[in-house]
Amino acid sequence: MTKKIKNLNLNFGPQHPAAHGVLRLILELDGEVVEKADPHIGLLHRGTEKLIENKTYMQAVPYFDRLDYVAPMNQEHAFALAVEKILKIDVPIRAQYIRVIFCEIGRILSHILNVTTQALDVGALTPSLWGFEERETLMTFYERASGSRLHANYFRAGGVHQDLPKGLEEDIGKFCETFPKIINDLESLLTDNRIFKQRNVDIGVVTKEDALDYSFSGVMIRGSGVPWDLRKSQPYDCYESLDFKIPVGKNGDCYDRYLCRIEEMKESVSIIKQCLAKMEKGPIKSLDGKISPPPKAEIKQSMEALIHHFKLFTEGYRVPKDEIYTAVEAPKGEFGVYLISDGSSKPYKCKIRAPGFSHLQSMDYLIKGHMLADVPAVLGSLDIVFGEVDR
Amino acid sequence: MKSLEDLEKKINSELTTKINNTEIKHNQIYIETDKDDIIDVAIFLKTNQYTKFRQLIDITVIDYPEQNQRFKVVYLFLSHEFNQRLIVKYSIAENEVIPTLTSIFPSANWMEREVFDMYGVSFKDHPDLRRILTDYGFEGHPLRKDFPLTGHSEVRYSEDQKKVISEPVKLEQNYRNFDYESPWEGTKYIKEEIGSNDKKN
Repeated sequence: MTKKIKNLNLNFGPQHPAAHGVLRLILELDGEVVEKADPHIGLLHRGTEKLIENKTYMQAVPYFDRLDYVAPMNQEHAFALAVEKILKIDVPIRAQYIRVIFCEIGRILSHILNVTTQALDVGALTPSLWGFEERETLMTFYERASGSRLHANYFRAGGVHQDLPKGLEEDIGKFCETFPKIINDLESLLTDNRIFKQRNVDIGVVTKEDALDYSFSGVMIRGSGVPWDLRKSQPYDCYESLDFKIPVGKNGDCYDRYLCRIEEMKESVSIIKQCLAKMEKGPIKSLDGKISPPPKAEIKQSMEALIHHFKLFTEGYRVPKDEIYTAVEAPKGEFGVYLISDGSSKPYKCKIRAPGFSHLQSMDYLIKGHMLADVPAVLGSLDIVFGEVDR
Repeated sequence: MKSLEDLEKKINSELTTKINNTEIKHNQIYIETDKDDIIDVAIFLKTNQYTKFRQLIDITVIDYPEQNQRFKVVYLFLSHEFNQRLIVKYSIAENEVIPTLTSIFPSANWMEREVFDMYGVSFKDHPDLRRILTDYGFEGHPLRKDFPLTGHSEVRYSEDQKKVISEPVKLEQNYRNFDYESPWEGTKYIKEEIGSNDKKN
């Protein structure tokens, strides 16, 4: 007698903690082996691009915080750079350093979250408890600079919204002294951990060729041994003047990507230290009154400042007709903004290129032939945040 | 190719008939081509040893509802080898079906699905052309300029029916698009208009 065996279809998410948000993954299982994975995304789709088309350039910035909400300022950076390039305005050097500091803080925020939750997905609870304490400290820095822990709305075309408050530079400096020890503690829990290695080594291997074909970027492509980082290859703001290394993996598996992230955090700390050392007093946004609003005190005295203020917060600044693609190295990979301006004060189109979108797309290719238990491990190492995937 | 100028020359000489226009700005090359040539252009850009645009960064569409060729399809390429970016564009009419790049770049799959979802542009021979970002059963293409910002339907939980239902959007107040542009130039004086009308008569 023969028995008919049917493959099992399994819904993974959208309410599963290891789905890192609202991913609905439809898995076709043959026993415990995954035959096919079909990610359904869009459960967090908010129509960011459509909304941006209906807002002025300044009003569009907060939407970028809500994409990858783990590292908000990195996204704002891409948009600010795109607008600056079209407007052809220079950013004061202090503002460049402030932006780089906060981008690197964003990178650490994102990598801590990813490393520790990946550990959580494969069974280690402690790292997330230790890591989240540090994230809390970093988010306080965000709050002190911008007024909010997550949705900062801090970067502007031409600089940043306001100068750092008194004492923040020293506190960030102190954090840079204590944080490497925390990374070492995390590493002592994970790097040589037998269980962690069993769950990650040789899982979700990506070859160099496939990493290119599937439009991978960031840690996903560096983990596979391609030395590519936009901060080095197409430097923006003051990255050119900073000295840092790009960690590159060898095997392209989940474990190598974890190691890359750990090393990148150490590099970020060193970047922040260099910025703090080099930073001098000075203006923090473009002095062009047609683009950045005047200080409040000036509005009381100067008619011109009052007019500028009024025009900027009603009509907003106009951006000449142009098109541009600008990308930054966000913690998750290449985050790009393809901006079409038509001479008015609102973008005609603003296409957002999110790294997670192309990473998640390869889920079927990555997971085929792996066991069901490897799904969270691979998903964790992809570093998916649904804010940016669904936009 | 080392410099963008050399690359521009190379592309123009190798793909003479397939390229309508090239331009260098913002340190990127912008190329205009035709719908039927996009496959050849993409294969050339990916495989030629002087270009090596191995990565397709994104595909998108720009909607110009007032033009005959309504949609402009845009492909963004990146060459790691030469550290260059290239943008390929072509225009199509509203109901045209365009070729897919999935056989050349596997990553084009979701990007084309997104374009289909957001703009309603169909791809020929695409392996899996479904909606991707919008809800199951969604109607319309949100990023078209004639799609209202508020959408057509809204979802709520109905206490009577004890389930989530979808209804046409009810707004307490109409969506207002304030045209702030130059309030001082904006006002037209009726007197002058009457005056100029009188002159015509």
